[in-house]
Order: sequence, then C-alpha cells, then structure tokens
Amino acid sequence: MFGRLAAQRLNEIRTSIRRTTQASRSFSTALNYHIDTPDNKTDLPWEFNNANKEKVKEILSFYPSNYKQSAVIPLLDLAQQQNGGWLPVSAMNAVAKVVEVAPIRVYEVATFYTMFNRTKVGKYHLLVCGTTPCMIRGSRGIEEAILKHLGVKRNEVTKDGLFSVGEMECMGCCVNAPMMTVADYSNGSEGYAYNYYEDLTPKKAVEIVEAFRKGEKPPRGTQNPGRINCGPEGGNTTLLGEPKAPPCRDLDAAE
Amino acid sequence: MGLGLLASRALRSSRIIRNSTRTIVSTPELKNADAAAAAAAAADAPSDLPKRNPVGGARVHLPNPDDVIEVFVDGYPVKIPKGMTVLQACEIAGVDIPRFCYHSRLSIAGNCRMCLVEVEKSPKPVASCAMPALPGMKIKTDTPIAKKAREGVMEFLLMNHPLDCPICDQGGECDLQDQSMAFGSDRGRFTEMKRSVVDKNLGPLVKTVMTRCIQCTRCVRFASEVAGVEDLGMLGRGSGEEIGTYVEKLMTSELSGNVIDICPVGALTSKPFAFKARNWELKGTESIDVTDAVGSNIRIDSRGPEVMRVVPRLNEDINEEWISDKTRFFYDGLKRQRLNDPMIRGADGRFQAVSWRDALAIVAEVMHQIKPEEIVGVAGKLSDAESMMALKDLLNKMGSNNIFCEGNGMSPNADLRSGYIMNTSISGLEKADAFLLVGTQPRVEAAMVNARIRKTVKATNAKVGYVGPAADFNYDHEHLGTDPQTLVEIAKGSHPFSSALKNAKNPVIIVGAGVFDRDDKDAVFAAVDTIAKNNNVVRPDWNGLNVLLLNAAQAAALDLGLVPESDKCIESAKFVYLMGADDVNLDKLPDDAFVVYQGHHGDRGVYRANVILPASAFTEKEGIYENTEGCAQITMPAVPTVGDARDDWKIVRALSEVAGVALPYDSLGAIRSRIKTVAPNLLEVDERQPATFSTSLRPEVSQKVSATPFTPAVENFYMTDAITRASKIMAQCSALLKK
Repeated sequence: MFGRLAAQRLNEIRTSIRRTTQASRSFSTALNYHIDTPDNKTDLPWEFNNANKEKVKEILSFYPSNYKQSAVIPLLDLAQQQNGGWLPVSAMNAVAKVVEVAPIRVYEVATFYTMFNRTKVGKYHLLVCGTTPCMIRGSRGIEEAILKHLGVKRNEVTKDGLFSVGEMECMGCCVNAPMMTVADYSNGSEGYAYNYYEDLTPKKAVEIVEAFRKGEKPPRGTQNPGRINCGPEGGNTTLLGEPKAPPCRDLDAAE
Repeated sequence: MGLGLLASRALRSSRIIRNSTRTIVSTPELKNADAAAAAAAAADAPSDLPKRNPVGGARVHLPNPDDVIEVFVDGYPVKIPKGMTVLQACEIAGVDIPRFCYHSRLSIAGNCRMCLVEVEKSPKPVASCAMPALPGMKIKTDTPIAKKAREGVMEFLLMNHPLDCPICDQGGECDLQDQSMAFGSDRGRFTEMKRSVVDKNLGPLVKTVMTRCIQCTRCVRFASEVAGVEDLGMLGRGSGEEIGTYVEKLMTSELSGNVIDICPVGALTSKPFAFKARNWELKGTESIDVTDAVGSNIRIDSRGPEVMRVVPRLNEDINEEWISDKTRFFYDGLKRQRLNDPMIRGADGRFQAVSWRDALAIVAEVMHQIKPEEIVGVAGKLSDAESMMALKDLLNKMGSNNIFCEGNGMSPNADLRSGYIMNTSISGLEKADAFLLVGTQPRVEAAMVNARIRKTVKATNAKVGYVGPAADFNYDHEHLGTDPQTLVEIAKGSHPFSSALKNAKNPVIIVGAGVFDRDDKDAVFAAVDTIAKNNNVVRPDWNGLNVLLLNAAQAAALDLGLVPESDKCIESAKFVYLMGADDVNLDKLPDDAFVVYQGHHGDRGVYRANVILPASAFTEKEGIYENTEGCAQITMPAVPTVGDARDDWKIVRALSEVAGVALPYDSLGAIRSRIKTVAPNLLEVDERQPATFSTSLRPEVSQKVSATPFTPAVENFYMTDAITRASKIMAQCSALLKK
C-alpha cells in the first residue's frame, strides 16, 4: 500500500515539475512600460496630419463634449493607422492632449487592448488566429510556414519593414478556419485595410504573403475556390429553397 | 513520511467533502421560499444576541429619519442611512470584513473581491464594498459560502504573490499576511510559475517591489484623487497587469509617502526605512508634527535612542489619515548636525566645549552688562509654548520686552486672535464653495491644508482665485494677479472674481503668513477685510477669513504676546538670545553684539553665535504647540536627548537662576499654570479654541498697498527648518523632486 502511495506521490511531483517548465505567456506586442528608443521617445513631435485632423473632429462629435475621453479608442486607432501600424509614446501623448486627460489614462487604454501595437510592425501586419477551431484546423502550421518563409520570429518585423507576424485570439471566423488577418498600413489611414483570409493552407498563406510583397491586393475571404463566403464546398446541401415563413403567423395578413 | 502523507490526504479529502456539502446547502431557501422565510424570521427575532460594537468606533450619523433603513448582519439588526454599502453596514454592526481595494477615503473599485459576503436571495456572493445596502437585506458574513469565497479569493491573490515575507518590509503589518492567516487556506495548490514584474522608480521616498503587488489600485486612486498627480495607472491586462507610470516618471507629489500606508502589501514601502527595522521592534509614541503649522498627528516609531520612522495618526479635524512627505521623512535630520555640548566661541573663532555651569555663567554675566533695551530674544519656528513663555519672562525680568518669534514679522499684530489663526478650521474648509488665496501657496506652505482644499474643490467644484507669484497647484484655479493691487480691485468689486465671491454661499479667504513680512501688511489686511465685509465672509454662522501660518511656533507665540517693543530692535541689539531661531535675518545686527544660540541643530543660527546651549528636539521633549487653526496639541518624548542637551524651558530657567532673576516655576506643570494666566486656550489640548472677536475690530489704517508683487513664503518645500535642512532624505528630495 505504501509503495502504491509513493508511486502516486512521485507521479504528482513529476507532473508539477513538468508544469513549471511552461514559459510565461505574453498577450501584447510590447512590454507594459516604455523604454526610450531613437524612434520612440516622449520628446519626439507627433501630431495628426491635416486630413486626420478633420477625422478627429468628426470622431469627437460623436461624443458629448464633457465626455471627450470616450473618444480615446477611435483616436488611438486613427493615430495607429497614420503612424504605420504602431503607437509611439508621443502619439499617445497627442491623443491625451486631444481628449484632455492625463497621458497615463491613454497609456492604460493602449496597453490594455492588444490591437494597439506599441512596437513597430510591418507595413502588412499578419495576424494568425490561434484559438481552438483554427488550431485544430492547422493554424500552427500556417504560422510556422509564414514565419519560415519570412525568416522572422513572432512579433518581429522583416528587414525590409514589409511584414510582421502576430497571433490573435478568435476573430469569429471559425466556420472558415484556419484564418488570418492582414492589417494593411502601407497607405496610411486613407488606404488602411483590415481583411480576413480564410480557409488557408500553408502554401496558400505563403502565396498571399508573396502577392502583398508584389503590391497586389489578393482577394479577401475564403481561399477555397470551391466555396462561396462561408457556404459549404460544392454548393448548398441543405436550405435549398426559399426559407419558409414562420409557421406561427401569416406575414401577408400582418401587412 | 508515508503516514504523514496519508494523514494529510485524509484531511484533504475530508475537506473536499465538507466543501461540497457546503455548496449543496447554500441556497435551500430558493427552493422552498416560505419555509426559509419563516425560519429566517424566527432566527431574526430580537433574541439574546450580544450587543456588538462598531468596528474601530465607527459612528452612524442619521440626519434624516426617513432615509434610515434596517439591515440584518448575521441576524443582528442594524439601522443605517440609505446609500451605505453592505461593507459599511457590516462595520456598524461590528463585523470587520476583510478587504484590500476598499478604502474609505478613496473611490470604490471593487476589484480585489476579498470582501465577498453572502446575501440572502442572491445567487452568488456579493462584493460588499460596492453593493449598496437595501432595506431588509440579510447579510451573512460567517456562513460556509462566505468563508469559502474568501478562501478562494485569497488563493487567487496568493497565486502570483511571492511568499517573501521574511525579506519584506511590510512583514508584520501586512494586510495580505494578516488576512491570509485569518481567512486563507492552510495550503496552496498552485504549482505553476509565478509571474514577476519589473520594479518602478518612483523617486527617493517610495520603494517598489512590484512583483508583490496584488492590483488593488489603491495607489492609483490615491494619486489621482487625493494627491492630484495623474502619474500612476494600471497597465496591461490579465495576468500581465501591472501598476506603473508607463514612461519613467518620479512621483512628484508632496503626499507621495501616503501610498506606503495605503498599500495593503509590500509593493510600495518606504525607501529610507527599507531593511532598517521590523515593526514589532518599534516603540510608538503619539506626537505632533512641527515641520509646518498644521500640526499633523503623527506616531514616532523609535528603537532605542533612534527615531526609525514617522507614520500618521488619524485626526479627522486636521490631517485625516495622511501626512506630507516632509513630515514623514525628515526624521533622519534628527541624527545629523546635532549640538550635544554647551560651547563657547574662543578668541580664535573656534567653538570649545565647556560645562553647563561655565556656559550659563558667561551668558548671565554678559546679559547683565548690557542695557535692557538692547537685549533681544528670538524664538525659533520649532519652539514650544513653554519655552517661549520662559524666555519672555526671563527677558521681561531683565527689563527688555524685545522678544518675537521668527516668521511673525517685526511688528506682528497679536491683539486680535482671529487676525492670525485659521478661523474656518481645517475641516471647516470642506464647507466652502469659493476660495481666495492671498499670497499663499498652500501646497508648499501647508500640504495638509492644500489636500483639504483640493478635496473641497473636487467635491463641490469650488472656485479658487489666487493672488501671488506663479505657482503650481494641483486643482483648477484662477491666477488673478501677483500684487496687492488686485486685492484692491476685488475689494472695489471691479474684478471679475468678485462676482464669484459674491455668489458664493460660504466664501473663504486665506492670507499667507508670508504677508507678515511685507511693509504694507496692514494695508493688505485692510483690503482683505474690505473684501470680507463686501462678500459676507464673516457671519455669525460662518467665518471664512483665515490666515495660514507657516511655522509650528507662530500661533502660540502670538497668543503669548511675543511682540517686540521696537521693530528696529535687531539693528540696535547688543545681546541676542536665539532660541532655535535660524531663519531670522541677522545681517543688520551690529558686529559687536553677543549672540547666544540655544537649539538642537548646528544650522544657520550657529554661524553667528558666541555661545551655544544645546537643547532637545521636539521628539525628545514634551511641549505644547498650537497649530494654524488654533488647536493646541502636545508632543511627547519618544527618544532620549542627545549628549548633554536639555529641554528649552529648563535651560532658560537655569539661566534665570544663574543671572539672579530666578523664574518662579521649576516644573512643566508650574510653567503651564503660568501660561494659563497669559493664554488659557493653550492648555485646552486637542480642542480647537476659536477666536472670540472678529477682525472687524481692527483699527483703521491709512497705509496704501504697494505694487510690490507677493513673494513665495517657502522656496523649498522639503527644507524649511533646522531639522529638515539637516536631513539627507530631504536633500535628495529637493534635488530630484523640486520643480
């Protein structure tokens, strides 16, 4: 009996040791504190360009004038688009000035949301979905293929500054898993695009990356030629006719 | 080993079973409402429940009987006003709810979840700090559900908390430590890696060990709500969440030390006190702060002959539960530059230690050789009432009446007490809805008064007008002008701010004590009086006319009538007795004057002194100090004196005997009876004595205000007196934090 207990205990210890080797997870592209670098310093000038100044006014008009700080997320988004996909600390300060709050209140928001990048990203920021449905359908292979093709690590920018690859949690496209998002910052906030590429295979993903490199805009949505949007391959197998009216009441009579 | 394991396993399994039964019996009343209600009614019947006392002497104020609701805490009925939270109701019922993020003086965050209690008919435990109490609510704080909830929360809090209590300065006075002993489980189940967080540099006062942080956000709320510096924030999300400033920034607030007290764990601790002592080795002495005129209530923690730290004491009328950084960290100045022997300056200009007998004999001899009107006494800014009384009596016996307290100017007006104290009282400022600050920067002159003004401005959007040199305020204010001409305009009603004062219900005017040193001070006070008269500032039910003093000794000195006979007495003095006076201007003193310095620090006064008489500092003696609002308080000796030093009043008494004019008292009690004949209010300790007559009795003045701008009364918040100037920590602060 003691032998069995000892074996059980040993097993427990083993599992506990195995678990502790797990690396810590990070949720964001950057640290939760700022370190001065030549291109990211508090004293660098940063302001919205003229076209975006109009947009800032428009965004602010959506909110009551005594709750200007409500505009902090759309303004940070605009600043990020203008700044090539990432937010230097000076851009956050500029937003704080616009919404009239202390800079720290903007930093809090920017560090909370993972879609605000506080380090440089590529002109095309590729975000591979890593949540369960996509993972089951092979998202890890896709990320691996892209990383290998570009020769970078996750959250690293390629030497030419064109690409960076990140991971994201579920983007609600599980029916077409696996998928990735491409945030296109190559043309500032005017040409900003945020498109889903679905039904990927490692080969297809690399092709899409290459198309972006050539300056093309590959068609968004499912990459499986047999499917239309999220319909099944080879056409519908159910719901073939017009949907029936609800049985409970006569819609025509209601009109 | 095997048996022990077996035993622990058996214990654990039995615990699990008990837990599961707990959850099963949690809400039977939901299934059978009538029976449960009947049972509850039976249980709630005013039975033989023992009377409970509210936690910490909490008192309920029930202003409107219609707004009173009754709730039941563990079956014990308690009446509370509407709007109170469940946690407050429990406190009044005498049940202390564990909490980390809740702090009565800060906004409610509700993010630590430690205060979970069971509320009948609620499907889940509720966070009592954020839940308003509703009529008839049945709160249960000691049920299995509540206990299990706390245990679970505690387990989560300890998940990422390093168990480094042996090397943590908070050990022994740590909320997390205490509450995990009281409410936590006896073992953890966490086997993963603990997270670690980079420490932040918040300046020379606050040490951070951010890995210990449990994200209660008390410091963030304190910084933005009380201190008024929006520097701290909660960064990141999930398990990566951390407190920080994002960009490296020192905490440049004069109240930053208070985050050490409100931090429930050891994440924010005192940098100067780091690794110096354990809190259970310290002897606490309840005393009074003398570094400014507020008289904050402090506890001096000492070990043996050394002051180890200073922490605040609760006093709702004066400092609430905060103290300024100067009060908290000046204490290392008590160990440096101390005078410990009587000394006489020899012919070569060097000091030589002598015996008390010799030193006093020389002083007495010189004093007798000099004409009485050429004898001048100056009380320092840290002097207590007893020693000032003794010095005045000594000088009067010698035939001189030239005695004054530094900071009060050369021609102080001590006739009307309302003309130099804060008539509104510090806590009374909270009722104000408009402020006019004249030549005063409360933030550096009296940080705790400034915290009150800020509290009021935040709560009522009170308007603040400021006349004086450009200054840094931590609340919205209007800079009206820099010289007294602005006051004349406001008095005439031609200034835009006069309408704000006129419309205010409870206007407050605060005049800085820096005005005392101005040549046109009478005209400035006359202008202020006119403003007060025109705007109904002084009424039977409200007195909004205040003077904010700078030093701890000022109010008592004026009460005791330390007013020099001539405002040119220094120019003609042949004998000057400096009792701790370091900031009095001695430039015009004749070169052949004989200067006696009695004090505890080798500071400015010593440079000119011929004889040094070492005295004890306020941490080493008992003495009465009156604060700026006219409340007398007593300091208590926490540590023994240094070297051969003596209490101030004893030195003066001894000198009087050597000089042949013995003073008629030789104990503190006797000297206090003497004070009673001069200023009886000084003996009403811990009770604010309001002034009897208003300043409207002041004589008319023909003086005109000059165009000279007001000057800042305090140049450096961290260094205002002999002790703070000797402090290394204060020197660091002035180098790093002063803007």
